[in-house]
Amino acid sequence: MLNCKQTSVLVSQSLDRPLTWRERWAVRLHLLICVYCRRFTAQLKWIQGAMQSWQTHATDRTEDVLSAAARERITQQLDKFY
Amino acid sequence: MAANPHDWLNEHGDYLYRFALTRLRDPHQAEDVVQETLLAAIKSTTFAEQSSPRTWLTGILKHKIIDCMRKQLREIPASELLAEEDANMDEFFDDTGHWAEKPQAWDIPHDALQQKQFLQILQQCMARLPQKLAAIFTMRDVDELDNEEICKALNITATNAWVMLYRARMGLRKCLEMHW
Repeated sequence: MLNCKQTSVLVSQSLDRPLTWRERWAVRLHLLICVYCRRFTAQLKWIQGAMQSWQTHATDRTEDVLSAAARERITQQLDKFY
Repeated sequence: MAANPHDWLNEHGDYLYRFALTRLRDPHQAEDVVQETLLAAIKSTTFAEQSSPRTWLTGILKHKIIDCMRKQLREIPASELLAEEDANMDEFFDDTGHWAEKPQAWDIPHDALQQKQFLQILQQCMARLPQKLAAIFTMRDVDELDNEEICKALNITATNAWVMLYRARMGLRKCLEMHW
């Protein structure tokens, strides 16, 4: 029988690789009796689903811009080639 | 090619910079990869008319970011990388493998405002993760690279990758639970 720690490791890995059938059954059995690991599993999947939105959100933050110095430096580099 | 690289810088420079900054966190490194991206774009002949310049430039940028991350990781031995937060991992479970703090039920954001608040907290929690964990997690769950590609790109083993992804998810989940 898996404990919560072992289950959390396998649940995370299930997002990165196919589990063996033994591992799948062991996780399923644990989730059947453990509401906390069920929540954990749902939350990991939810976070995974939110990451695309995070990227959009993070790149929309208009307070971060190229500094004038960096812009000038890049322009000079581009001029050498173009 | 009709496009002018100076237009790329004007129209997409800030976007590319922010994209790089979310992954590398260091403003100087972010500036450098933007510069490398635009220079590579000039020399490249692969621009397909059907893709937008921004999509195309972002594709080049992703590779430059991975190169930069690989260099960062090379400076740290894998053993040290994994040992870095070993102490922190003990806080999640007690000695018998049970949750030290039991996962709580979360409210799913219902409307656009809540969704936005959630993303702000997610952003803060991502910023709190150790940079390398955040970076590999981003490659996996945002770029959707498979494990093999990540291992090859960063020159780490599959086991290392799983452990780092696990730590990233545990840290992120805990942070979200505390602040959401």
